[in-house]
Amino acid sequence: MVRAGRGTREDAPDAQVDFVQLLSPTGERVEHKDYALEISADEAKGLYRDMVHVRRVDVEATSLQRQGQLALWAPLRGQEAAQIGAGRALEPDDFSFPGYREHGIAWCRGISPAQSARSFRQVTNGGWDPYEFNHAEPSIVIGNNAINAVGYAMGVQHDGAESAVMVCIGDGAMSQGDIAESFVWAAVFQAPVVFLLQNNHWAISEPTERQSRIPLYKRADGFGFPGVRVDGNDVFAMLAVTRAALARAREGSGPTLIEAFTYRMGAHTTSDDPTRYRILAEVEEWERKDPIDRLRTYLLATKAADQAWVESIDAEADVAARELRDAVLSMFGPSPISIFDHVYQEPHPLVDEERAEMVALIGAEEAGSLK
Amino acid sequence: MASREFLLPDVGEGLTEAEIVTWKVHVGDTVTLNQPLVDIETAKATVELPSPYEGTVVALLAEPGDVVDVGSAIISIDVGGDEPAAATSESTTAEAPSARTAVLVGYGVATETAPSRRHRRSAAGPPAATAPSTPVPVTGAPGVPQLAPRSTPPVRKYAKSLHVDLASVQGTGRDGLITRADVEQAASPRTTTTVHAPPGPSKFAGVTIAGWDDGPLEERIPVRGVLRSMAEAMVKSAFTAPHAAAWLKVDATRTMDLVASVRDRPALAGLKLSPLAFIALGVCHSARAHPGINSSFDDAAGEVIVRRSIGLGIAAATDRGLIVPNIKAADKLDLVGMARALDALVATARAGTTTPADMLGTTLTITNVGPFGIDGAVPILPPGTAAIVAVGQISPQPWVLDGALCVRQVVELAVTFDHRMVDGALASTFLRDLARFVEDPAAALLVG
Repeated sequence: MVRAGRGTREDAPDAQVDFVQLLSPTGERVEHKDYALEISADEAKGLYRDMVHVRRVDVEATSLQRQGQLALWAPLRGQEAAQIGAGRALEPDDFSFPGYREHGIAWCRGISPAQSARSFRQVTNGGWDPYEFNHAEPSIVIGNNAINAVGYAMGVQHDGAESAVMVCIGDGAMSQGDIAESFVWAAVFQAPVVFLLQNNHWAISEPTERQSRIPLYKRADGFGFPGVRVDGNDVFAMLAVTRAALARAREGSGPTLIEAFTYRMGAHTTSDDPTRYRILAEVEEWERKDPIDRLRTYLLATKAADQAWVESIDAEADVAARELRDAVLSMFGPSPISIFDHVYQEPHPLVDEERAEMVALIGAEEAGSLK
Repeated sequence: MASREFLLPDVGEGLTEAEIVTWKVHVGDTVTLNQPLVDIETAKATVELPSPYEGTVVALLAEPGDVVDVGSAIISIDVGGDEPAAATSESTTAEAPSARTAVLVGYGVATETAPSRRHRRSAAGPPAATAPSTPVPVTGAPGVPQLAPRSTPPVRKYAKSLHVDLASVQGTGRDGLITRADVEQAASPRTTTTVHAPPGPSKFAGVTIAGWDDGPLEERIPVRGVLRSMAEAMVKSAFTAPHAAAWLKVDATRTMDLVASVRDRPALAGLKLSPLAFIALGVCHSARAHPGINSSFDDAAGEVIVRRSIGLGIAAATDRGLIVPNIKAADKLDLVGMARALDALVATARAGTTTPADMLGTTLTITNVGPFGIDGAVPILPPGTAAIVAVGQISPQPWVLDGALCVRQVVELAVTFDHRMVDGALASTFLRDLARFVEDPAAALLVG
């Protein structure tokens, strides 16, 4: 029997990794020869506010699931910098394709936490209009969104538009055939797409080093486009590298693979128990690389912000969490007969007949009162 | 005051029940929104449930060890205000502006059942001060919308056509679902009469089933809880570890004599000393001489793990089904310690309060089939262990001793072993040394 071996130790969380970093875990600004970043105090504070908000809201959503108010939730804790840095690099006319954990990117696109929670409440199949926010609906199937994104990017190309496409994938998706296929097409057609790979080290219970014999960003070489590994817990580096990759896409130079080297601090979803497959020491190691802590340290050290401001952001985030709770508790499911509304766009006699039968079966009051 | 009940949610996509592990609050405590209330264990994970309400805890409606159906109330919290007492949970009121069957996210439709207390027998602790053991009315208060009885749309329609009020019908379908037959019976109750003798319930797979004459011709039992654990463990083990077995008959007369002679010693007062305690000591004794028998095969790492501490699993048939709790560091115990540990293990298992932690870390197992009047058995290994010893009944049998035929107390011992790392020689010498212990435990304990 052939077993998947453990790949290079370069992927091990404790190994020295060579990646783009602009803000160290201790909150010190470092320079990188390829990725300069001029950032104002207000911009940095904006990124901090974003990260604190999405983390607080994420905790609330997890609690709501534990209280039976959401069917499921995919927590993002630990990946705030990867998502906020990349999300804030997008221009309004760019288009993004999330997976199911990208609540931080949704936030950057102007989608409210309540909208993000709607499909997890199971009151709808999609919580927002993708064309209103230029942000596709969550993709639960792993990797297929990359195919969608490359197709969309090729459409952008045909339109001659000057916008870029970003698709969010994970380390688990890198083992999917859809990803290889979309890499081939993106490379061959020089599609204006950025593959944002959040390597959070665990594909549910499967560690990254069991899924690849080389660091994931190096896979791009074989397809013929650049791959770059970024400290995914450094929001500055994520912003700078994603901006550069999107600019490259817009100017017609083709795709980029960004490997955000990060860590999923919580469970895969609320249905998962990570203590069954990973050790606490590893989680603690990553706790020390927390994306929010390092930016707070930086803001306080550079006097860009003071403690009172930090506390005001926490208070603001608590309000956002409360708003999410109130919104979720007042979301109701559609009427059972609404299922007939989505069969044909135009009225259809057979569907009308079936709807009438259903109303007769369940009683008009039950069908009607919710309509 | 207004009390709100928190209904056990489905925290893991399609779970039907969970076990209450630990309460983190007491009756009378003030709780804040999202304050951790309780740890529950589901088939998938142990999770902490945060409070959906702010207020004062009025009652804990389930005790640690209870297995509660999803949708049952587990805690009642006074949230203040002037609403009538016994208000339904927030989710129910929110979801049922019209009296439709609430199919709320995470709750399924089993909202009408009270906490299931079926897995609990004796009082391992007093019930919470004000916690009623009666079902808590989830839908009862006047003015509060009623949930529709559980049924399916076609049956509801059928009931309507026969002018049968479903609220008055007792469902006999799965999980109390009202079936077409139930409606028919309710419509013409005289056509069906019960002439059977009182049912003779029977235990199977951890649930009570009807007797031969009383039950349906064919019955389907959901595979979950202890039954599922047993099924998964056995399949995993049977199709992972190549099983082989060895057995022999042993003269246990001296063990029986020793049991009788030390039973009344003050150190053993209050303990039910049985020959099993000696056999357990013997298993540890023999394993010390053959550490390889206390091992497990780590296929992923390509290693065999030898453990120099014994988590001695004892297979126990309980009302919930087969469970295998273990005695930690059993190799460190003397006779008194072993007897005490066995008593505690059995009492806990009988009370249904064995925790998952009690079952973790088994390295070597004993299954005692003797009490069923059975001579011997070839058991399946608990997953991840190298050996399991089966102990048959100890009974008077003809035996050749010093060249003469006589009657002795004989027991058959068998060991099933994982043949990936344990070979026949190791298993046989382990079993032989166990047998020597049982033949003369005093000598073995005194001089090894």
